[in-house]
Amino acid sequence: MSSISADMSHDHDHDHDHDHEHHDTGGNTVFGFWLYLMTDCLLFASFFATYAVLYMNTAGGVSGADIFELDFVAVETAALLLSSITFGFAMIGAHAQKKGQTLAWLAVTFAFGAVFIGMEIYEFHHLIVNGNGPGESAFLTAFFSLVGLHGCHVTAGLIWMTVMIIEVSRKGLGNQTVTRLSCLSLFWHFLDIVWICVFTVVYLLGAM
Amino acid sequence: MSLLGKLSIEAVPYHEPIVMVTLSVVAVVGIIIAAMITKYKKWGVLWNDWITSIDHKRLGVMYIILALVMLLRGFADAIMMRSQLAMATNGSEGYLPPDHYDQIFTAHGVIMIIFMAMPFMVGLMNIVLPLQIGARDVAFPFLNNLSFWLTAGGAILINLSLGLGEFAKTGWVAYPPLSGLEQSPSVGVDYYIWALQISGLGTLLTAVNFLVTVAKMRAPGMKLMQMPIFTWTCTWANILIAASFPILTAVLAMLTLDRYLDFHFFTNEAGGNSMMYINLFWAWGHPEVYILVLPAFGIFSEIISTFTGKRLFGYKSMVYASGAIAILGFIVWLHHFFTMGSSANVNAFFGIMTMIIAVPTGVKLFNWIFTLYRGRLRITVPVLWTLGFMVTFTIGGMTGVLLAIPGADYVLHNSLFLIAHFHNTIIGGAVFGYLAGFVFWFPKAMGYKLDERWGKASFWCWQIGFLLAFMPLYVLGFLGMTRRLNHTDNPDWNIWLYIAMLGAIVIAFGILFQVIQLVVSYMNREALKDTTGDPWDGHTLEWSTASPPQFYNFGKIPHVHDIDTWTDMKEKGIAYQSFEKYAPIHMPSNTPAGVQISGSLTVFCFAMIWHIWWLAAVGVVAAIGFYIKRCYAKDVDYYVQPDEVKRIEDEHLNAQKEVTA
Repeated sequence: MSSISADMSHDHDHDHDHDHEHHDTGGNTVFGFWLYLMTDCLLFASFFATYAVLYMNTAGGVSGADIFELDFVAVETAALLLSSITFGFAMIGAHAQKKGQTLAWLAVTFAFGAVFIGMEIYEFHHLIVNGNGPGESAFLTAFFSLVGLHGCHVTAGLIWMTVMIIEVSRKGLGNQTVTRLSCLSLFWHFLDIVWICVFTVVYLLGAM
Repeated sequence: MSLLGKLSIEAVPYHEPIVMVTLSVVAVVGIIIAAMITKYKKWGVLWNDWITSIDHKRLGVMYIILALVMLLRGFADAIMMRSQLAMATNGSEGYLPPDHYDQIFTAHGVIMIIFMAMPFMVGLMNIVLPLQIGARDVAFPFLNNLSFWLTAGGAILINLSLGLGEFAKTGWVAYPPLSGLEQSPSVGVDYYIWALQISGLGTLLTAVNFLVTVAKMRAPGMKLMQMPIFTWTCTWANILIAASFPILTAVLAMLTLDRYLDFHFFTNEAGGNSMMYINLFWAWGHPEVYILVLPAFGIFSEIISTFTGKRLFGYKSMVYASGAIAILGFIVWLHHFFTMGSSANVNAFFGIMTMIIAVPTGVKLFNWIFTLYRGRLRITVPVLWTLGFMVTFTIGGMTGVLLAIPGADYVLHNSLFLIAHFHNTIIGGAVFGYLAGFVFWFPKAMGYKLDERWGKASFWCWQIGFLLAFMPLYVLGFLGMTRRLNHTDNPDWNIWLYIAMLGAIVIAFGILFQVIQLVVSYMNREALKDTTGDPWDGHTLEWSTASPPQFYNFGKIPHVHDIDTWTDMKEKGIAYQSFEKYAPIHMPSNTPAGVQISGSLTVFCFAMIWHIWWLAAVGVVAAIGFYIKRCYAKDVDYYVQPDEVKRIEDEHLNAQKEVTA
């Protein structure tokens, strides 16, 4: 492979058959990322199934009805759902090549996400100091892991969003950047959908 | 809290002579290899052309090298178990104490499935699949490199457990509560967890990568129902990986939480439920065996149709049968634990579903037989493996149907009958398939054929050795011998244990002959050289390239009109076409990012195993850092210029013309 030209100046529009070159990688990337999200969905499904099996095993300790505070969780949920809308606005800005608008909405999304995570950490902390940590019963184990798994995903999303905010502000909205934003947006909306399931299955059904 | 966590000099098992001798042999071989590389100044080549390579063909070769090395390790475990059981009869204790023996059977299972069979399958898929669909590479070449190194990271961890600490003593399934902290307080289960976790991530990424490749990067004109059958079976396997490996990730994560943070998923106290582990484990584990065997079915199909010179009989039914197996494979997991005590109706459902799998599998077998019918079969080594498979696998399939009857399973559960059954399907099905594919595609990957005589000798040793080693286990199962016994005291069993030992020795010769075959073929590589790129008169596009293929695979991407595209092109007289003008080819550049990221993650896993928390943090931060660095790398691709393409293409065409002239 030694004699290969590393000439990067070539334009992408040569007169050859385009269909299999590496040009249209954006579409492939989003599709590939979507497939990955489907596998992630199964990861959550496994934790949901485990929660469904274990949620009644309270080992003489608290049950969902004892510890869930729906008002608190409602605010948390609202923060996350709103962050999905604001991410949508950021994507509209990105597709319109409006850098300022994209950055501003990303910042708002980040803030909502951070509120969500902050509230979740507060809730976990509150439970643990009151003697309801994950080691107390199989129910609490399953609860902390399912909700915590979602929380880890949101945290990863926040780190990713930070990187993207820096990327957009430095490099603008090139094709690759918009592709990456599209993937992050898929990720973020996916986490929203998972949260709706968590909210319903864990909190609503649990508090009843 | 020490800076090195639980790690200390005590972790080295210097009081165990077997382990220490093994380690010194490994060290000596390692030093010799390193010295050779230094002497011939190959470190640069190794780094630039292999370790950092994102070329799917080279990654495939590396996967297969990994698989062969791990085959040797897994087989060493096997022959130790067989010899222990042949010696430890009539109340004698043999030479392997239970503490060591338990690690050996656990390591044997994990290595053979996760680090031998999986890399072998993924390696063949890497080499062949993009070529078969007329693609220049996979959809995400860098990710492909990362996947390989994640798998290799897992293999490194499991081998480290030999010299540092110990491996799990739980059996390869690591059921809690035995694998919980209380029963297994040492690092063995942690090695198990992290080795599987990191290599499983690699496998999952591979599946996503190849699914996108197949969906988006087929040559123009190639419809889904025109994909070569090996590509199809790999695609079904990849769907299964994408659907099942997340469950493994989840269940291992839960076991990790139980062991590290005092959670109660599977513990006996505080309401944990260990059966949940077993359910989740097999919801991954059963699809896993179809992940292993479906690509092997594809290999046999390619081989049968190539060496009979016929089209594959019933291509469509083959594709649908593979799909049916893939779907059914997902709703049979409970047959691994009928004895759990579910209701009769639940057991009946899973029993019947299991039996139904025999139907699509039977469809396949008849398709192969009908392809053979009136074909002019050339008895080559790949064909021998295929014929051997058809007999052996049928036996394994039938004993599987026996085990699928819940009532019978209550008697045979955890007996050697079960061991015989699954070795019958995994060796006779998957491993024979990979070894067939290895001989079949070796000239494509390396540029020369493998020696025929040693190949045949090896096959016969494997085939006869397999029957000698495993048929006695069916008998022993009926005689009441259970699995994972360290020593026995029943005179009725002895003769069968001796025969099984003899079988293992015969298989050892099979493996030895394969090594000799590789050496002899390498020495005679000029005489065995494949100059045309099409040594077997193949049907599909991989045979249209040179051997080894041009690094960009295709100078001009062919238009596809037929399942057997290459045969179609040869018949129409448009094979080996020379073009005046080629377009520049866009190629991705090699990158060290894959080895950096997975190296960091391997360090993270190692640190987690030994509770070295600061190092774990360093590992995970480094992995994220290397990944972000890769995202903003500038030199990620380049163009191959038309005159360069023309020179390489003409070279291949001229070599081909010389042979035909």
